[in-house]
Amino acid sequence: MNFDYYPGCTLKTKAAGLEAGARRAARALGFELCEIADWQCCGAVYPLGKDAHAEKLPSIRALKAAENAARPLVTLCSACHHVLKRVNDDAAKNKDFRDTIARYDEDLAYGGGATVLHYLEVLRDFVGFEELSRRVVKPLTGRKIGAYYGCMLLRPSVVMAFDDPENPTIIEDFIRALGGEAVNYPLRAECCGGYISLSNEAKANELSRKILADAARLDAEFLITACPLCAYNIRKQNQLPIYYFTEILEEALDVKL
Amino acid sequence: MLNYEYQLEEILDISGVDIGRCMKCGRCSASCPSYDEMEHRPHQFITYLARGDVAALLESDALWQCLACFSCVQRCPRDVKPANLIEAVRLAAIRPKGAEFLTVEEVEAKFAPDMPQQLLVAAFRKYMR
Ligand code: SF4
Ligand code: SF4
Repeated sequence: MNFDYYPGCTLKTKAAGLEAGARRAARALGFELCEIADWQCCGAVYPLGKDAHAEKLPSIRALKAAENAARPLVTLCSACHHVLKRVNDDAAKNKDFRDTIARYDEDLAYGGGATVLHYLEVLRDFVGFEELSRRVVKPLTGRKIGAYYGCMLLRPSVVMAFDDPENPTIIEDFIRALGGEAVNYPLRAECCGGYISLSNEAKANELSRKILADAARLDAEFLITACPLCAYNIRKQNQLPIYYFTEILEEALDVKL
Repeated sequence: MLNYEYQLEEILDISGVDIGRCMKCGRCSASCPSYDEMEHRPHQFITYLARGDVAALLESDALWQCLACFSCVQRCPRDVKPANLIEAVRLAAIRPKGAEFLTVEEVEAKFAPDMPQQLLVAAFRKYMR
């Protein structure tokens, strides 16, 4: 099965490793990520204002492309996934929003028919973690790994429908499928500070260090994430290493360059 | 005063929040990772708006301290969505005045070469007009 793929602004540059590993692993697992043409940046932050329409157009264009291709739209970055899933939900549930978009440009008329999936959901729901574990060539035996979920994959769970928002397990199941040991530390879905690291760096450092201390207390060797901004905030603390989940995936599948 | 009445209406409208649903349990503020930084806490946005005190919120530094982490939205037992309200006040503050929390020059000064694009895009959306 092939999927449409939305990379987002950071995956071609600062988070190129998140994408490269995902593509190599996908090929090894028997699916392809087909990058949609002429995608535009999702804006990184979901626009909460009810009258925020223009800000959602880049997402609408991507969603429509996926609907036309009749393939689920896969994302890797937590922020893109968050924005696309929520805009898709708006299009499906909010008639005013749909009508406004269609009035602006009838070519953009869209009813929320696409399916947005995070790559982790593809692994869980299409490949299956049992199958994934059978494909592992170099298991991460003995590695103690902390899943760092952060905010955007999980909340608000009514829309994201990704996993249990207070006690998620998908990334732990992923780690175990790769043969590693998942360290279940309580702060794994707390906020790293996000974009506040630009305006109030001390606050982002404080929040990131709390998360790191919690993971270290339970002997995690390193953390994994799907979010370039989490990776940036956590990495800056120089405590535990943090990798993209696709980096350990390609290692375990032995497809790393 | 008339002016603020209009803004109150606008804020409630663009937030989509029904503040009458709030039962003042404080769980939103208790869940907020930015609580210590906030001049007005998430639950106070609801209290202030309920009594029509828009002016204090429009000037509040709390508008710039929300991390959009959605803990308050997730955990509110009454589905009030406090983050949506804070965002609506932020929009009401920046739209007419053109207020910016950070200028392009300030962002440039804070720029570090290893910053992900995601951070800059998010900052442009939240801190600038
Ligand atoms: S979304 Fe904003 S107000 Fe709500 S808990 Fe997070 S930081 Fe606090
Ligand atoms: S958690 Fe919900 S009901 Fe409780 S104070 Fe906050 S907004 Fe009101």
